[in-house]
Amino acid sequence: MPEHSINVQALRRAPAQRVSAEGAALVAERLSLHYEGSAAPALDRIDLAIPRQRVTAFIGPSGCGKSSLLRCFNRMNDLIESCRISGSIRLDGEDIHGPAVDVASLRRRVGMVFQAPNPFPKTVYENVAYGLRIQGISRKRALDETVEKALRAAALWDEVKDRLDDSALALSGGQQQRLVIARTIAVEPEVLLLDEPASSLDPISTLRIEELIYELKTRYTIVIVTHNMQQAARVSDMTAFMYMGRLVEFGETDTLFTNPEQRQTEDYITGRYG
Amino acid sequence: MRQVDVVEHAHRPLLRERLRASLRRKGSDALEWLAAGAAALALVAVLGLVALLTVKGLGHFWPGPLWALELRAGAGAGDTLLGHVVARREVPVAQLREAGRDPGPGSAVRERLLLRLGNRDLGAPEFRWVLASDILEQHMPPSATVLERSEWGPLFGYPLALRDGDVTQVDGDGPALRAALAKALEATAIARERLRALEQGPLAAASTALARLPANDASGVDEVLKTLAQLETERRVLRAVVDRYVLRLALANGQRVEQPLATVLRAYQPNALAFPARVGLYLQRLWDFVSGAPREGNTDGGVFPAIFGTVALVLLTAVLVTPLGVLAAVYLHEYARQGPLTRLVRIAVNNLAGVPSLVFGVFGLGFFVYVLGGELDSLFFADRLPSPTFGSPGLLWASLTLALLTLPVVVVATEEGLARIPRSVREGSLALGATRAETLWRVVLPMATPAMMTGLVLAVARAAGEVAPLMLVGVVKLAPTLPVSEHFPYLHLEQKFMNLGFHIYDIGFHSPDPDATRSLVFATAFLLVAIILVLNLAAVILRHRLRERYKSLDT
Repeated sequence: MPEHSINVQALRRAPAQRVSAEGAALVAERLSLHYEGSAAPALDRIDLAIPRQRVTAFIGPSGCGKSSLLRCFNRMNDLIESCRISGSIRLDGEDIHGPAVDVASLRRRVGMVFQAPNPFPKTVYENVAYGLRIQGISRKRALDETVEKALRAAALWDEVKDRLDDSALALSGGQQQRLVIARTIAVEPEVLLLDEPASSLDPISTLRIEELIYELKTRYTIVIVTHNMQQAARVSDMTAFMYMGRLVEFGETDTLFTNPEQRQTEDYITGRYG
Repeated sequence: MRQVDVVEHAHRPLLRERLRASLRRKGSDALEWLAAGAAALALVAVLGLVALLTVKGLGHFWPGPLWALELRAGAGAGDTLLGHVVARREVPVAQLREAGRDPGPGSAVRERLLLRLGNRDLGAPEFRWVLASDILEQHMPPSATVLERSEWGPLFGYPLALRDGDVTQVDGDGPALRAALAKALEATAIARERLRALEQGPLAAASTALARLPANDASGVDEVLKTLAQLETERRVLRAVVDRYVLRLALANGQRVEQPLATVLRAYQPNALAFPARVGLYLQRLWDFVSGAPREGNTDGGVFPAIFGTVALVLLTAVLVTPLGVLAAVYLHEYARQGPLTRLVRIAVNNLAGVPSLVFGVFGLGFFVYVLGGELDSLFFADRLPSPTFGSPGLLWASLTLALLTLPVVVVATEEGLARIPRSVREGSLALGATRAETLWRVVLPMATPAMMTGLVLAVARAAGEVAPLMLVGVVKLAPTLPVSEHFPYLHLEQKFMNLGFHIYDIGFHSPDPDATRSLVFATAFLLVAIILVLNLAAVILRHRLRERYKSLDT
């Protein structure tokens, strides 16, 4: 489906050559994913280019492979022993499965926020500082600065600035999720992968997360998986519709929601199935 | 008739239904009663055991009254007795007849008293059963005195006079004698302590120095000999102070004895004690038991070395088993590829818990002591061979044996803890660019600490209560020194040590006088239970704190 890359080019008004390497942050080519023991592939020859500093949403019914695809981008699927991947993913033109790639540093560049808030049972401060400490940064000043910056960026600073030494588990669900986002952006990733980040939150917390996504996209390439089509329509610039492990349609959100090219997409967004 | 039939038919299913329902209700009630009964029984058994140990064990130190008994003529040698009533028992008349005693007319049973008469060195048996019906008269003479001695057990008598060397200092019983006795006892105790310090400190050092000096070093020898002579003089002076006082007493049968205060540790008049003083004395005696060293083949004195040995053993075991068990569990759960092999290893580890502990003792002796210890000796302590250093049972080998014994509980508990940690937290750490090891070290292991503590609690409880394997790998009846000292390397892991569990076995079943040690067995058992409780409580509190920290994680 090369037309997708063409779409991206048009969107970014970039020169036509080598779009997948330069114009997009992440490029998947003929990416397939099999779980051992299941006949059908979870992902079937996906070709996709995710544009830089934009919000790309993956939508589709449960089990369509959108989360699996997201987890491919930071090689989270490596943890699943029964999982086989073929095809390639390039981050800034570099194959993330390449022999020279260190998974840990890849994940530092491609951060991920999970469906349910998963703060560590540590203080608020230590949660945000975790990624830095992993990198061996332990200077108090540097840590303080980064923690504040990250918490401000996640729109959480004002709420927790007096509770930095409290346990992160004492925060509300919405605060926890923003804390996890702060924790992720503290290590300065290039790409933020959000796996249904608001699915376990109440409407107000969801709204705050969406506002946050809107602010963050000026600095990060954001990929968000969501069940909620309104949410995809609200927060994303680009939307990919997936079905049964295949990428059915990928395009600008406005176009995809108002004038989908594929019949399946239309059926889905009009609520005929899924 | 027909009509009635119909009515009955209509009612029958209803009745049956009701019956079934009530049966069901009763069934559940019966189960509830059964379960409650079992729980109550377990509780009663445990509380009963603790209560028995507490009463019998702690009662041992209570300074009870000294009874003076006047016996019927012909009831036994020494018609007047002075002693503590240790036990009362009913005995059937038939048994008395068989023993050749005439119980006289009356009921089918007679009461018998077990008296502790003390004065073991004066010929008569220390314990004696007396028929209550043989007692003509009994009273508690206020001047009756207990002398606790470092040899021959206690002496019961009536003090008459205190002699200072050849001079009689106070004659005749009264407050003056008691005051003088207290003063003399104190002076003796101080001198005795200084004498002990001198003999074990400078004097022992000087003797060792002399033995090590080369024979041709005449000036050196002279100097050491001079010091020795000086210390020897000092010792003689102290010895004289210790031997200075002698107490003259009258025994119950009128016999006069002279008791040097050198071996008297404490003197008191139990019948004249006011309640607060009695409580004070009780606490002192209890403290002596907890802090003192055993005397007289463990039948008297304290159990401090055994307490120390037990605690040292348990702590060392915990220190050894925790890293081993945790690492094993981490490998099994985090690294090993789950399959038939890991399952086999897990089953093997669990089955270790079912191996009789004595087998561990045999293994410890065969492998740790003889193989490892022997190897260590030939490598590092070859100059001391053939006398073994690590090649004989000792604290290290006992701890290692117990560590092996308690390994399964730590492994199982830690694995369960690791399994309970949500995947999302691990993924959260990995997604931030942490490696597997970093995730394990910074997130997973801290979160598994409560589970590890659970394993440790179980391991500690088991290690503290274990006796059988220890007899093979390092516990002795009487260890001359503690396994710690002020000399390098401070902790002497190769030394043999004492242990409360073994102490109980020893004084209970290998004592020359079971009557004398019966209550000591209870006291020691109580102490062991108390120590296990304290160790467990510490671990439980620690675990509770850790749990609090990770509490809201499950939600």
